[in-house]
Formats: sequence, C-alpha cells, structure tokens
Amino acid sequence: MKKQVAFFIGVAVSFAGSLVLAGQDKARSYKYHWDAQVYAELGKAPAKARARRNPLQTDPEAVAAGRNLFEQHCTECHGDSAEGGRKGPSLLVPQIHDAEPGTLFWLLTNGVVWRGMPVWSKLPEPQRWQLVTYLKSLGVTEQAPAAKPGAAPTAPPSPHR
Amino acid sequence: MSARRSTLTVLFALLLCSCFGRSTRAQENPYIVAYDHYLEEPGNLEVEYFSTFGTQRSANDFHAFWTEFEYGATAWWTTEFYLDGQTTFGDSTVFTGFRWENRFRVLKREHFINPVLYIEYENTSGADKILKEVEGHDGEADYAEKNSILRQDHDHELEFKLLLSGTHKGWNFVENTIATKNLSNDPWEFGYALGASRPLALKASAKRCSFCRQNFIAGAELYGGLGDRYNFGLHDTSHYLAPVVAWNLPSDWTFRLSAGFGLNDNSHRFLLRWGVSREITGFGSMVGRIFGGRK
Repeated sequence: MKKQVAFFIGVAVSFAGSLVLAGQDKARSYKYHWDAQVYAELGKAPAKARARRNPLQTDPEAVAAGRNLFEQHCTECHGDSAEGGRKGPSLLVPQIHDAEPGTLFWLLTNGVVWRGMPVWSKLPEPQRWQLVTYLKSLGVTEQAPAAKPGAAPTAPPSPHR
Repeated sequence: MSARRSTLTVLFALLLCSCFGRSTRAQENPYIVAYDHYLEEPGNLEVEYFSTFGTQRSANDFHAFWTEFEYGATAWWTTEFYLDGQTTFGDSTVFTGFRWENRFRVLKREHFINPVLYIEYENTSGADKILKEVEGHDGEADYAEKNSILRQDHDHELEFKLLLSGTHKGWNFVENTIATKNLSNDPWEFGYALGASRPLALKASAKRCSFCRQNFIAGAELYGGLGDRYNFGLHDTSHYLAPVVAWNLPSDWTFRLSAGFGLNDNSHRFLLRWGVSREITGFGSMVGRIFGGRK
C-alpha cells in the first residue's frame, strides 16, 4: 500500500513538474528565441508543395471561414489579430505575406513540431486552404527578425508580445 | 460514493474549468478506444469524462466511468492521467484505479502513415470495467463476479502501443497494436484497435454554428484481443465493432457517442459509451506563472 501511495505521489509530482517546466519553457523560448527559426521553416517547403494552387483563392466565403478557423485554432499562440503571442510568432510579416499559398499550406499541414507548432492535418484540406486564404488577406505591419538558424536574436522582442 | 454523485462531481469540475480557463475549439476525432496521431496542443489541458454502459450475461449490467486529464507537454509529447470507477447494478460502486499514459510523436513532419509511441502504467483492480482497451483473452466472463471478489485482484501493468494513423481526403485511418505486460509473472498479452472517421463536411462555414455539418465527425472502430505470448491468435478472445460520432461545438465542448456490439460469444453483447470533454488553453503557462515563470 505504501508503494502505491509513493507511486501515486510520484506520478502527481511528475505531472505537475511537466506542467511547470512546459509553462516556463513556452514563456521563455517563444518570447525571445524562435520566431526566426519558425519563419525559416517556410524555406524548407518542397518545390512540389510550393507550386500547389489554392483552390479556394476566389471563394467569396473563404476569408470569413478562414477567419473563423483562425479564431478557433490559432489565436491562442499567434494572437487575436495574428500579431504574435507568447507561444507563436507574428503572422503580419513579409515572410508570411510573400509566401506562396502552397508553402503556407505545407507549413500548416506539417507544423513545426520541434518548435511547438502542432501539425494541422487534422483539419480537412479545404479548411487549411481557407486558413491560407485568410492569412494571405492580412497585411504586413512589422518586420520579422532575419532567419539565422541556431543564432540568438539580435533585436529585442516587440513590446506587445 | 454513488455513481450519480461521482458523475455530478466530475461534471461540476468540468464546469469550473470551463468558467476559469480560456478554451479553444478542438477538432476531436470520435474514437473512444483507438488513438490517432494527433497530440494535445502544447500547454493545453483537456479534461474529459467518459461512461461505458455494458450488458452482462449471467450477472448484473454495469456502468463504468473514467476521467482523463490530458496535457500537451510539447508538440511531440502528450501525458495523460486517468481515474477509473464503476457501478455494477445490484452490487456496489467502487474506485478501480488509475493510469498514467504518455504518447510520443516520432517523426518531425506529416507522412502518409504517422507513428506515435505509447506507454502507459496501470494500477487497477480486477473490478475495472472501463474497457478502454481489449487485450489478451479478455472476455465477458471475467466481469461476472461480485465487485468484492474482483477487487481482490490487483493489476500493475505496463502497456505499450504503436499508433499508426494517417489522414487523406478528409478520412482519418488508424491502426493501434497493443502489447501489455503485467508486472507479475503473467505473459505478454496482445490486442488491436482499428478506426476510420470523416467530418460530414470538409469546408468550414463562414458563420459560427453549432449544427453545421463540419462540426460532426462520424466513423467506426473495431477492437479486440489477440491472445498472449503462448496462445497468440483469435481463439478465446473478444471483439467489438462500434459506430462512433463526435460533435465539436463552437462553445468549446466536444461530445462523443459510441454504440459497440460484441462480435462473438466471449464479448459483451452491447457497450454504450459516451463522453464529454473541454480543452483549456494556456494551462501550462498559467501554472508556470504561479511558480515564478515569466509573464
């Protein structure tokens, strides 16, 4: 019985520990270190993926539907207006605005798992294209840090992040 | 504690979580037994309550229930803690143990088939009837004894699964291979779970709505035992086929329903399962700040 209690406490402490570590990790790393590396992932999209056309580019409802999807799935990390948040980079930067729709679709599908962005292939393809349409409808309001994989950022974080 | 009171307690806890936590709308698949390769979003906590009503030949029917706390530690690691209990009608209500589960995504990118490694420690009594997985020679007859007798049996098990899953043209397909080792001297036991599901609509609506077709995901799962190390195969095993449906509400709740039918004489004739879950975003960061993390 004592062993069971000890194990139960061990599990609880491990669980709480992972919560604390993960929370601190997110607060520290995403705020200062990984934006550039996440943008750099866009450059890794294969040519075949980049060449894909957005079948919903001219769909009159795609932007509104994409906005809904963004509010439901993305604002927690990227902020209510895609300005960036504690856990994810801004999407109002040239890297996103200038990216081909196929590249954004590829990144949504594959995520950046080692940097905290989950894969979003659980959303059906048309919904991912709706999200891409919405992202492409956003303007550029800030400059992102240059991509230097493995390097510490040179610019201080934006005050609103 | 009566089954009704414990159910109400869990639902009250879910309600409290929903009041104090910021939530996000999950896009949950409808499986109750099978696992896909999608992990919890990092920093999010999903609180889930599930029930299983099972028919029992030559004994009383039962209502088993469990609560899950599923946390996304990273984008490649999800950890989950379960508390199990059950009521056997005309007998008693008992707490039947706990489980600690971890799932690890293996590959960095999305592929045609995506493997996830699963490891779980179970500390349950023989009275555990949630049937979260079926393995070895599990059968209906194992559950026919009184709770007082079943509780005398204690299981300390390590369970390993290889979860294979892929999503194509809106369809999600999963295959889970199960291997379980009781930490006593019992042999390895094996099992499987298969599943397929698809949203009723693939495009999202421009309006937020509760009853839009894209909020419903329907499918089926098939699961059962594959014997043990010394007697591998379908002989003396039980198997179930269950149509499943999930309803992902814009108000951040997910409901699941599953009607399982036993496929042979070793199986329970009918298992009705339902579940409700709520995802709380930023839970890890909240806890981190309490302990001195950055704001």
